[in-house]
Amino acid sequence: MDFSFSEEQTLLRNTIQSFVQDNYDFDKRREIIQSEEGIKKENWQQFAELGLLGAPFSEEDGGMGFGSVETMIVAEEFGKGLVVEPYIQTIVTCGGFLRRSNPAQREKYIPGIISGEDIWAFAYAEPQGRYNLNDLTTTAILDGDEYTVNGYKCVVSAAPWANKLIVSVRTSGDQRDKEGISLLIIEKNSDGVSLRDYPTVDGSRASEITFENVKVSKDNLIGEEGKSADLLELVVDETIAAICSEAVGAMAILNDATVEYCKTRKQFGQPIGKFQVLQHRMVDMFMQYEQSVSMTYMVNLKLEEDYPERRKAASGAKVQIAKAAKFIGQSAVQLHGGMGMTDELNVGHYFKRLSMIENVFGNIDHHLKQYSLAD
Amino acid sequence: MDIEFTKEDENFRLEVRDFIDKNFPQNIKDIDKRTDLTRDDMFSWHKALYKKGWIAPHWPKEYGGTGWNITQRYIWDQECANAGTTPLIPFGLTMLGPVIIGFGNDNQKDWVLKGILSGEDWWCQGYSEPGAGSDLASLRTKAEKIGDHYVVNGHKIWTTLAQFADWMFCLVRTNSDGKPQEGISFLLIDMKSEGIEVKPIITMDGGHEVNEVFLEDVKVPVENLVGEENMGWTIAKYLLGNERTGIAGVARSKKAIERLKEIAGSEYIDGKNLINDSDFVRKISELEVDLTALEYTELRTLAKESKGEGAGAESSILKIKGTEIQQRITELTVEAIGHYSNPYLVPAFERQGSNYLTIGPDYSHGAAQNYFSTRKTSIYGGSNEIQKNIIAKMVLGL
Repeated sequence: MDFSFSEEQTLLRNTIQSFVQDNYDFDKRREIIQSEEGIKKENWQQFAELGLLGAPFSEEDGGMGFGSVETMIVAEEFGKGLVVEPYIQTIVTCGGFLRRSNPAQREKYIPGIISGEDIWAFAYAEPQGRYNLNDLTTTAILDGDEYTVNGYKCVVSAAPWANKLIVSVRTSGDQRDKEGISLLIIEKNSDGVSLRDYPTVDGSRASEITFENVKVSKDNLIGEEGKSADLLELVVDETIAAICSEAVGAMAILNDATVEYCKTRKQFGQPIGKFQVLQHRMVDMFMQYEQSVSMTYMVNLKLEEDYPERRKAASGAKVQIAKAAKFIGQSAVQLHGGMGMTDELNVGHYFKRLSMIENVFGNIDHHLKQYSLAD
Repeated sequence: MDIEFTKEDENFRLEVRDFIDKNFPQNIKDIDKRTDLTRDDMFSWHKALYKKGWIAPHWPKEYGGTGWNITQRYIWDQECANAGTTPLIPFGLTMLGPVIIGFGNDNQKDWVLKGILSGEDWWCQGYSEPGAGSDLASLRTKAEKIGDHYVVNGHKIWTTLAQFADWMFCLVRTNSDGKPQEGISFLLIDMKSEGIEVKPIITMDGGHEVNEVFLEDVKVPVENLVGEENMGWTIAKYLLGNERTGIAGVARSKKAIERLKEIAGSEYIDGKNLINDSDFVRKISELEVDLTALEYTELRTLAKESKGEGAGAESSILKIKGTEIQQRITELTVEAIGHYSNPYLVPAFERQGSNYLTIGPDYSHGAAQNYFSTRKTSIYGGSNEIQKNIIAKMVLGL
């Protein structure tokens, strides 16, 4: 039993920490999220130079061959800086699909990711589907060598920055059937793809995407037609593990900031951190954080396992992280008082990101159900 | 013990319902589109009520109140909430008005109350300071009496809607000796005075509601002192105790839960409506039970008050439970909306004239921002931690 990190992993963490320190202080982040584009392309190039964009890809595909623990480290450190460049969306999620795609696809698409040229977004959510990945009304019908795609995807994270999309579609079966789900690579600039881009409450960007008779070569199908529900679930679980890691990073910052604030803020002639009621609240925040770290380690170590272990690990982690995200986020704001409500202090920004993490890829109810079904 | 409404009560309900229906401004009726309210919008309902003589139901009749009993006031609040009327700005009507009635001189009773009732004077509250939040009595904004003026220097913060206000009622330090509570006075300050600067504070939801107010050598005529010099703390406490009416927000929370149910009725989960999802509906039920308890706690408080028994720390219970419920409603609303809680609704003051787009169903607009913004309710007006201290001390004698 060993929960320590290797020297290389520590080195990786240090690298990202210094990136965040140099490029992601509060003002620099603000400049990025308020800019026209909403991310900084130079940062993305720097990720490429640091080798981060190739981290999870095999050496054969030109990557570093890193595993989930490395992804956890990257996501956690990015979480500390509230980094908005879409590392998880492009590398963990879309990269997760592409790593498992056929040799021709790997050769065609992975180099563009590793070099930093391409940004990818994963279009899966539909308004009626809530968090059920299999609830799909977007269809793809094969005719000759081409699919014709029609449908609508909502709140597609990072889509405004992406040039390529992976889209979950129904090629057969009923709306919520597990059978009949396929994954297609679609160039964002294809005819019939239209986007409405917008900012999100946590400083990121997303799009509503309409697909209207979009022609997609059957070479762009990932995996076997109609058989991708399991792959979809696997990659989303890997994404959940990365998002949990990001959340843990954000929680660490909020807890530290809150303790620091309560040590210095004086009311009634003493630092407010001397009041037992606030001490206990901060102890609860700390315990929630530790429990979240534990669940995040656990899920990242169990991603290779089969059903039901991986299902329980991912859903269990997401439940813990969502609870902790809410408690720590709300408590940090409360303990900072009025200051915690302002746009001027980083606390509100971490709180907003954590609030969105609570629900992304399934809220507590959803994952409790998944967990109990896997039991 | 009796909680039935009489025939007269029911007639009263019909009368006020009819009035609201006919007089609440049409252009701001749709609650989903109410993200763009201007000062005039906020005041249009005020004006209609003023004209009718119903603007200050909780004031004594001789000062412009309605003379309604507590049941009628309760019905009024319910009907307003049901109709989704815009909340009235509380600083004049709820906070300052009763203070002036209790402590003001005849001259103040005349001009201050008149301006509040007509809506001509918009008030803001100059209480908190950067170093004086929960520990309000440690405030340092100083007022020095020179001739027939006070000269005020200091820095107020979290001043809600100061950017629109004509006047500010302000706690200032007039004596630094002795206990901090003993050297505080209550001043009425014209916001147009020289030396006042209002600086916006943007909150994390993107809104501009609160401000910093800087006062530099602001001259305030001595006749703008309310009560005696150095009795400001007594007045401040009286004001807080008087906030009781409506502080729990029961009627509005009821309405908000109804709306939450409508949203859950429009959202889907695995092909059925979210309102039919047992996990989700259970959370709404819990909320309703909490709210019912709060409603009866409030009614008991009001009944006690109407018998002239001074309500003690009940207002603290109402504040804590009321704000917890309001916050919970906003949480569940975000949860119900799911993916579409993510888009950012550009705040009104930034989008004037621009051609902005809104994403997702109408009811989703600004829901997350409302959740973020509602976190303030457990911080302002005496944080919920302070309210618990009050109960511990005043009720439990700890």
